[in-house]
Amino acid sequence: MKLPRWFHQLGSPPYVYRLADRLCPWLGWLGVSLLVVGAYWGLVIAPPDYQQGESYRIIYIHPQTAYIGMMSYVVMAIAAGIGYVWRLKLAHAVAVSAAPIGAWFTFCALFTGAVWGRPTWGTYWQWGDPRIMFEALLLFLFLGYLALRGAFDERDKADRVTAILAVVGVVNIPIVHYSVEWWNSIHQGPTILRAGGPAMTNDMLAPFLIMVAAFTLTFYWLLLRRLQGEIVEREGDARWIRELVGAGTP
Amino acid sequence: MNVFRAVLLRDLRVAFRRWSELAHPLIFFVIVVTLFPLALSPTAAQLREVGVGVLWVATLLSSLLALDGLFRGDADDGSLEQLLLSPAPMTITVLAKVTAHALVTLVPLICLVPLSAYTFNIPVAALPTLAAALLLAAPTLSVLVALGAALTVSLRRGGSIVGLLVLPLTAPLLIFGTRATDLSVNGEPTAAPLLLLGALAALAVSLGPLAIAAAVKVGLE
Amino acid sequence: MTEFFLMDGHGAYVWSAYGITLAVLILNVRLARAKHRSALQRARELAAQAEAPRKQPTVRRLQ
Repeated sequence: MKLPRWFHQLGSPPYVYRLADRLCPWLGWLGVSLLVVGAYWGLVIAPPDYQQGESYRIIYIHPQTAYIGMMSYVVMAIAAGIGYVWRLKLAHAVAVSAAPIGAWFTFCALFTGAVWGRPTWGTYWQWGDPRIMFEALLLFLFLGYLALRGAFDERDKADRVTAILAVVGVVNIPIVHYSVEWWNSIHQGPTILRAGGPAMTNDMLAPFLIMVAAFTLTFYWLLLRRLQGEIVEREGDARWIRELVGAGTP
Repeated sequence: MNVFRAVLLRDLRVAFRRWSELAHPLIFFVIVVTLFPLALSPTAAQLREVGVGVLWVATLLSSLLALDGLFRGDADDGSLEQLLLSPAPMTITVLAKVTAHALVTLVPLICLVPLSAYTFNIPVAALPTLAAALLLAAPTLSVLVALGAALTVSLRRGGSIVGLLVLPLTAPLLIFGTRATDLSVNGEPTAAPLLLLGALAALAVSLGPLAIAAAVKVGLE
Repeated sequence: MTEFFLMDGHGAYVWSAYGITLAVLILNVRLARAKHRSALQRARELAAQAEAPRKQPTVRRLQ
């Protein structure tokens, strides 16, 4: 099977680096704009919820950060898996870049969730609640990945060992998602991805989805910038890097 | 299966050669279990409430102690590489090592539990469920501990990181295990969490050795 | 305007949630940029080192 040219190009660090340079401005500006629009819509324009009042507005950031955290992990696990099987340094670079971003977004999800839980359920934290526990586990998986990575001296070995950890941990993602369906949880069930369509009126659904798009674009901007740094670090003094930094004294 | 038996018997023999070291996790368990009441100064009722959780946490922590015996000892003297190079499939070897670890570390720990349960005023009627939950959790726990050991086998000071890697992964065992025991203390049916523990064990035993073998291979490259 | 900040008494919750998220986003942007920048800086140093040895001091002939 003849693979398209762009597929092979994705394995080339200089190509990906330059692609990132071209994509980032779009991702960045579009992402920021959508964040501003979505936040304003969610905080100012959208009407208050008849049950939860004003605190429901956290719905425009909490599920989004949780979703990005989980998506980061999947990106990390797939990239690490590809890097492990096909020995692609670039894939490992993607995994490494996704990890800290995912950790931060998961932290945000836990924080915004706790803050939302207080006025809604009366408690910041519920030990034993499956979704909260497994989301916390996700944060620990990210931290464990980063810690294990840092413990190795050789980057190659660090890549491959942490790839195994990343792939093993991916089983947590569906568990977090389905935890509200499998167990009794104080967390509500799925509001968007359910049979029968979203259980939200359009004036709330619009900012919700805008924020999903906004955070997604922001995630990819962050990923690509980190990836660029990672690529430069790994390529060392390769010729294209030297040309990139406008090398040396004449 | 010959390979399985051979590696299992070898590991058991090696473990019993230094049988005093086998006692370490057990002593650690007793100490941890004693420290909690010392720190909490609980009443009899409070003791019962925290008892189940304390026993589980102590079991998890103690199971980490015998880590080194899993892979590091063999890695240091080169026999792990020999096992890798041999025609026997590494996953079977790993399964045998994990079984040896479970037999040598976890089974004695589980035997200690009835006595500890008594000190925590856990009703005798709940003991069978507690034992069943621990036995069902043991394979998963061994697999996870072995995974931690394999991931860090090439690190000189890997011990400190293993806990960070393994303990969060054991959280589901903790959740289901304590839930099963709490249900049985209250006289309610315990089938659900026990079945979940069993399912986790089946998953861990079937897929775990693959990941562990891969980690060992990469670690020794 | 004040009701906007008070959010019916829920202001603390809403604003701390949005605030922390914003702070984390800004932090991540900073960190990503810093990583990129320091990698380029390191590459620049490496490249300079690679160039430098080529400049041999001129050999003076012994009289």
